Amino acid sequence: MDQHFARTDMLPPLPPPIAERGAVKWMRENLFSSALNIVLTVLGVLAIFWLVKSSLPWWLNSVWNANSLSECRQIVAANAGEGATGACWAMIRQWWGAFIFGFYPPDQWWRPITAFGLLLSALAPVLFSGQKRNLIIVLGGVAVFLLVALTLADAPGGAFALAILLVAGLLGLALVQPGRLFWFTLVYPALCFWLLWGGPIWSPIVAMAGFGVLYAVFRLSSSVIGLAPAAGAGIVAAAFWWLYLEEPVVRALQTALPFALQSINSDQFGGFLLAIVIGVTGITFSLPIGILLALGRQSDMLIVKTLSVGFIEFIRGVPLITLLFTASLLLQYFLPPGTNFDIILRVIILVTFFAAAYLAEVIRGGLAALPRGQYEAADALGLDYWRAQRLIILPQALKVSIPSIVSTFIGLFKDTTLVAFVGLMDPLKGVTQIVRADINWKGIYWEPYIFVGAIFFLICFGMSRYSMHLERKLKTDHR
Amino acid sequence: MALAADAPKDSFRLSMLVYDTRYRSYTIQIVVLVLFGMALAWLLNNTAQNLALRGKEFNFGFLWQRAGYDIGQQLIPYSNDSTHFRALLVGLLNTLVVAFWGCIFATVIGTIVGVLRLSKNWLVSRLMTVYVEMFRNVPLLLWILLSYVILSETTPAPRDFRVTDEMAAAGTEPAASMMFFDTVAVTNRGTNIPAPVFERGLGTLDLGFMSLNLTFWAVAAVIVASVFVNRRMVVGARAQQEATGIRPVIWWKSILILFGPVIALLVAMGLDLEVPELKGFNFQGGILVAHSFTALTIALSLYTAAFVAEIVRAGILAISRGQTEAAFALGLRPNRTMSLIILPQALRVIIPPLISQYLNLTKNTSLGIAVSYLDLRGTLGGITLNQTGRELESMLLMMMIYLSLSLIISAVMNMYNRAVQLKAR
Amino acid sequence: MKKSVFFGALAATTLVAGLAGAATLEDVKARGELICGSNTGLTGFGAPDASGNWTGFDVDLCRAVAAAIFGDATKVKFVPTTGETRFTALQSGEVDLLVRNSTWTASRDSELALDFVAVNYYDGQGFMVKKDLGVSSAKELDGATVCIQTGTTTELNLADFFKQNNITYQPVTVNDDSEAQRQYLAGACDAYTTDASGLAASRATMPDAENHIILPEIISKEPLGPVVRHGDNQWADLVRWTFYALLVAEEKGITQANVEEVLASTADEEVKRLLGASGDMGAKFGLDNAAFKNAIKAVGNYGEIFARNIGEGTSINLARGLNALWTQGGLQYAPPFR
Repeated sequence: MDQHFARTDMLPPLPPPIAERGAVKWMRENLFSSALNIVLTVLGVLAIFWLVKSSLPWWLNSVWNANSLSECRQIVAANAGEGATGACWAMIRQWWGAFIFGFYPPDQWWRPITAFGLLLSALAPVLFSGQKRNLIIVLGGVAVFLLVALTLADAPGGAFALAILLVAGLLGLALVQPGRLFWFTLVYPALCFWLLWGGPIWSPIVAMAGFGVLYAVFRLSSSVIGLAPAAGAGIVAAAFWWLYLEEPVVRALQTALPFALQSINSDQFGGFLLAIVIGVTGITFSLPIGILLALGRQSDMLIVKTLSVGFIEFIRGVPLITLLFTASLLLQYFLPPGTNFDIILRVIILVTFFAAAYLAEVIRGGLAALPRGQYEAADALGLDYWRAQRLIILPQALKVSIPSIVSTFIGLFKDTTLVAFVGLMDPLKGVTQIVRADINWKGIYWEPYIFVGAIFFLICFGMSRYSMHLERKLKTDHR
Repeated sequence: MALAADAPKDSFRLSMLVYDTRYRSYTIQIVVLVLFGMALAWLLNNTAQNLALRGKEFNFGFLWQRAGYDIGQQLIPYSNDSTHFRALLVGLLNTLVVAFWGCIFATVIGTIVGVLRLSKNWLVSRLMTVYVEMFRNVPLLLWILLSYVILSETTPAPRDFRVTDEMAAAGTEPAASMMFFDTVAVTNRGTNIPAPVFERGLGTLDLGFMSLNLTFWAVAAVIVASVFVNRRMVVGARAQQEATGIRPVIWWKSILILFGPVIALLVAMGLDLEVPELKGFNFQGGILVAHSFTALTIALSLYTAAFVAEIVRAGILAISRGQTEAAFALGLRPNRTMSLIILPQALRVIIPPLISQYLNLTKNTSLGIAVSYLDLRGTLGGITLNQTGRELESMLLMMMIYLSLSLIISAVMNMYNRAVQLKAR
Repeated sequence: MKKSVFFGALAATTLVAGLAGAATLEDVKARGELICGSNTGLTGFGAPDASGNWTGFDVDLCRAVAAAIFGDATKVKFVPTTGETRFTALQSGEVDLLVRNSTWTASRDSELALDFVAVNYYDGQGFMVKKDLGVSSAKELDGATVCIQTGTTTELNLADFFKQNNITYQPVTVNDDSEAQRQYLAGACDAYTTDASGLAASRATMPDAENHIILPEIISKEPLGPVVRHGDNQWADLVRWTFYALLVAEEKGITQANVEEVLASTADEEVKRLLGASGDMGAKFGLDNAAFKNAIKAVGNYGEIFARNIGEGTSINLARGLNALWTQGGLQYAPPFR
């Protein structure tokens, strides 16, 4: 008998038991792994169910076309029966311009749009210094954004030409010498100011020239009278330029070569335009002040340190809203009698102080994160204080601080909504209040809040994701 | 070659003030000080000129004038005949009470959410992520406004609680009813909760400039004393455990010491709960918690909790897995591992950022302006400022109070932080 | 000089100087526009529409002043102010003129160094309740919850009223009119108190206006009017008489439409002086002689402004009441133009 009972071929493996595969396995492991988890899952499902059940009809009955709230409610009642609730997004159709741009004249909307696009291109060199590929991606994105947004805003041909010319130039520069793009970042504030507020092109150029004067005086005199006095002389010369020469020079240039945009008053700014202007200006100007404060706080000099700590702790110790009221009620007490400038500028000044105190702490964290050896190495090379800071310490400290700077900016951007309390038109409360003063939309509550909240969420969520990405990227190449 | 280490001693030249590093820091500091003094003098001079120009003077006398306005929520007795200073105190207490409850709720919710975000349960961890991201990326002002609208729009009016004769005859229930054994009523104008009343209270002691509620202070003193005695006992028990290795059983003594005296005192004073009742337009009796307070507290707690959750999550993730494994190897059960190994270490990471969240929350109470909650900003920086026209004094005083609050909170929390930090050995 | 406030905010502070308290008219003329403090949005009295054009009863007075100065009613900029920032904005020179339904009181006039130059609306504080509350007098409001706007004189009046009548109330403070209305409609308060004009306006826009009543008690006098800084009499006179010009125009039947016609045909000497056909009325205020004619031409007379913004037929639907001319039993009375 030569009967073999051993198998010659392998049996195909049986599928895993039903509880160990597919959706069931996934559910068992992820939703019902223990008694506690079962309870949590059930609670979670109930919460979602309740939310959807209570708000779904409201969303489904949305009305997009109506001229007033009562008309809107009639349409809802006609469509979904008496007593039904429904969202009235028709309000957004009528008022979206005010939510985004405030009362900026619609035929000039291309200016904030261009300024915003260029803002992204000005930030790119800071975030991706010298990385050609990323720079080109960002600039390409900006070009697409500008084309689409400018078309939507019915921009005049000249605006198109200007925007395309600028972005094309930047793209070209990014291809040839990506390092040089940094210069655009330095010029950007003046360009942005001109685009947003308008007026003769010469005022920002001449104002920027003040920095040129500062630098020239500093360079020329530093070999003669030494660094510190030369810096002082440079500042004095620049101040002289701004105070006494700027006006006549601008006027002369304007008569010789008149080129101006329609000038727009600050009080026409509102909505998200205002929030972005205050947020971005605040964080930009607060960066240098914040660096100085952080260095001052780290300094060995008692008086400098005390003053820095005092400033930082004072600003961080009081709520932003009191600082805004200071801008609105008190600032004019502290300035010479008769001095007067508009509330947006005053708010920006106080917001800058506020952001500077927070940035100082962020940068101090960056400085503290540097290994002591870096300071010692700089000393060993014989670098003086400013050279050591400029060449060794700050580049590293700022790099590790970028994610926290972005978080500070997100916080500041959210806090710009508080300017409504000093009478400015922020998107959340200022514009909403005006909408509700409109006889047609009296009594509308949820829709504007949800609309503005959604935009805030998109912007802040995007930025926070980006900052997390940046954090991960920076972690790998640091230490 | 001669060593150049010895700088020439007695040849001080003026230029050394700038070039010699030994003197330069003094020069810089003096220059900074002079500039600062000049700036200060300039500001003060401007202020004096501006005050003169507007015919105002700088003094705080207005604080002792009659305020003339009413405040909805008052933790200490106040009427419109009280002074502006009294209104300030009421406002300050209102700020503090929001900050206090806000910090507690934010910590509790934040910890739970932070732990749940790390849960293996897919649905729950996703839900928590959505919650955290939603609250972190939308302005706090929006949450405050929304909670306020939701509270006042979705709750029933007081008259919905009324049982009319017809309804009683027909046996129908009213549209809304009270909660917790008919002691709490949530209406669209606030939450009515029972108030403690004492049949044999100790009354108040009038000190002339202020009056003390003796009942309140007696209870507070007894609580503090019991906590102190309990603490002594725990310390004693620990000493005994260290000496003998056996921990005496003290939990029942603890409970007795902590709760016995207080309950005895309350019974002795004849504690009773005054339950709110529907009379006339409103619920009468008990304590009315206004929706502005509730909305502000809820929004602040939920908003700050989202940040606390991230801090807690980061704190737990910062503890290396080896710690848990070592604890298991020692035979500790999971809950003991959490309480004895993970949490104490995670706390060190958690506390410093938590302090700044508490500070933020305290400062953010000033957003009560959005729901017209009469906190410090609403009384001193709002109505008082407005009715007296003393913006300089009111604003400076208000900033100083907020600043002191921040400094006190951070000092106390830093003390606690130092207590839990690793002792350098 | 446009916005040379670039970077050098400090530099700007020395450049941009418009002396507060000194000659406001000179500053306004040099600037080329009038800056008027307005409400952040109050239906009928002052609010911008979707494209940023301000309209309203208070806004039109600003436009009239601008027209008197420049002959052009569009040369005016509106700065929204809140209840808290309004007087400081005026004192510090941020605005030239404040027309933001502000009540004229003794302490504001004296302590705050402000001057109320006229009363463009006579108002009083009242109460609105729902009809089904079954209340017919404010004195029956014992124990009621009352919604009240913060930063106004109404808080003080309310406290006084309830104290005098020895009854209690629970205040619910709110920020602005629209919020107060929401609370009131949601039932968060039994009664809403503010100026009677505001109550009527609110009631008119409610979907169920017939279910709400305004109680008969008016518990205070609320004369609302334009405010200027103390100490600049020329400017105060200008604003005051621009307002009176609008009143006289109504009295004499001069309207926006017929002003030129009247000017050509009138035999009334006062009208001639008012419209600048004789005398030098405009010049006395440092203006063009046709200043008041321009104001009337730009916004119409007082009655027209009233009817257009808040009068019967508009959605606010206010009766003239106390604000009728003295000849029709009201209080609006202009001194003679002589």
